[in-house]
Amino acid sequence: MKRILGERKLYLFLLVLSMVIFPFLVGQSGYFMSLFVTACIFVISAMALNLLVGYGGQISVGQAGFLSAGGYAVAILSQKFGLSIWLLLPLAGVITAIISLVIGLPAVRLRGHFLAVATMGFGLSIPQIALNWESLTMGYNGMSVMRPPWLSGDLPFFYLIVVTTLVVAWIITNIVKSGMGRAFVAIRDSEVAAQATGINVAFYKTIMFVISAFFTGIAGGLYAYWFGYVSPQDFTILTSLLILGMVVVGGLASIPGAVIGAVLFTVIPHFTDAFIGVTNIVIGIAIILIIMYRSEGLVSLVNHVRVPGKDDRVKGGV
Amino acid sequence: MQIIVSGLIFGFVYGLAALGLVLIYKTTDIVNFAQGEMAMVTTFMSFVLLSQLGMPYFVAFALALLFAALFGMIIYHVFMKRVQTSPPLNQMVLTLGLFLVINGIAGLIWGYHPRSYPEAFAGDPFQIGSVFITFNELFMVGLTFILMLVFYLIFRYTRIGLAMRASSQDMVAAELMGIKVSHVFMSAWAIGAVLGGVAGIMTAPFIFLNTTMMMDILIMAFAGAVIGGFISLPGAVVGGLIVGVYENLVSYYIAPELKMVYTFILIIVILYVRPQGILGGPKFVKKV
Repeated sequence: MKRILGERKLYLFLLVLSMVIFPFLVGQSGYFMSLFVTACIFVISAMALNLLVGYGGQISVGQAGFLSAGGYAVAILSQKFGLSIWLLLPLAGVITAIISLVIGLPAVRLRGHFLAVATMGFGLSIPQIALNWESLTMGYNGMSVMRPPWLSGDLPFFYLIVVTTLVVAWIITNIVKSGMGRAFVAIRDSEVAAQATGINVAFYKTIMFVISAFFTGIAGGLYAYWFGYVSPQDFTILTSLLILGMVVVGGLASIPGAVIGAVLFTVIPHFTDAFIGVTNIVIGIAIILIIMYRSEGLVSLVNHVRVPGKDDRVKGGV
Repeated sequence: MQIIVSGLIFGFVYGLAALGLVLIYKTTDIVNFAQGEMAMVTTFMSFVLLSQLGMPYFVAFALALLFAALFGMIIYHVFMKRVQTSPPLNQMVLTLGLFLVINGIAGLIWGYHPRSYPEAFAGDPFQIGSVFITFNELFMVGLTFILMLVFYLIFRYTRIGLAMRASSQDMVAAELMGIKVSHVFMSAWAIGAVLGGVAGIMTAPFIFLNTTMMMDILIMAFAGAVIGGFISLPGAVVGGLIVGVYENLVSYYIAPELKMVYTFILIIVILYVRPQGILGGPKFVKKV
């Protein structure tokens, strides 16, 4: 036990170290830093979705809607009111969480594919609203977002994103280990049994969506700040599918799994973008192969190497 | 009136696509997100036969549907059969993977330029009462109607239909009763693909042929299927019709760009009031 714990700390240390020195490894190249930031944004989104899908057993195909909402929240509030970034990032999360109630409240009564279709409708609707509510979102043109002067350099902002990602990962890890996390798992495994043991299923299902949306909204806000621009085409239904793919490919109900999936799906386009259309084929094939031959996700390979049975991951699927 | 009739005509197409989805779901318990892309490939096949090989419309139509049936069988045999007992989420994500692959390959083969697709019958619209209809639209409705009836009768009264219903209720018991479950599932996939293909060929003249053409149709078909309850065949058609009319009314009276948003609101409202859909039965809470 001691040995494994030590190993885990070592892994974490190496991960953080590589995140810190990354900009210098690539010579502060804007392209690679953007790639890394995109990976961080997807890591946050995938972890948030994993809370919903992996731990809570609620399918969501509309995660991109939350990303858009977070991005637009930052863009609109910073343009209209000029609030500071420290206020805006949490606010992006809060606003997205409030929007998520639109889907979180009915989700209490929905299951399986009904929920999938409802969330898909949500994910499709947000870009449509952004496109057509021109007085607020400037429609097709998108909106530009200014970073505060002291963060205008890429390097400080890069570290802000890295720190945010780590903090979110830490919070989500703790949520999963808390009583709330166990309630989520109980609901996933059997709603009836969860209710019988005194878990307020309706409350926890709603709160699941709210928490997931909160973190995804923050990721959307980071995206808006980093690229300095949001438009309705940023996060489409394909993004939602990709995030779901990341969670499943990486490994359900596993935080390292979400990280692996998110990084993998961000890196694949980097190698395949030269050929139009190939990206989707490669990602699709990756998804198919993993579902067919390693349905527990890539993280099960890592766990296989470690001593089996000593892992504190909550096992099982939806 | 005109708006409602046009809505109904589109509703039939959505109903057809929804029927394919529901049939596959009802029989094999898989929600097929690749349905739209399979239909898109079928439509492209018919286009190739039609315009590049110069076949007559109905020959091309029939051959394309044959292709669709084969395609459905291959998808089932190569991919779906292996995950038949996996958790539903895995199956769903697998169809999402297929969606990406099929879409990507179609893009490589046929490119990304939209092309115009011929109608089955050319001709000016004529008037019935205060409504204008074209022959092509009549053909669409008629064909949809016949197909629905045929598949409903097959499902209800033939041996293969009985086998489908048995397998959908209990795979193991059906197998023990001597039903070749894998054949039944394969035929469900074949029929589902054909229904989707017909929907694709019917809509192609209105929205141009391209690799993303079926996205909207698929989403509307999903909406129709969900509203209908997802396990009811008549429900799928009714749901499709509701979505078609509703969408047209929204386009006309509010804004055509917002029809997706309003359809989403409709889904949420209907499912909030009736979580199992309008015609959905109590096929819930299987295990504790």
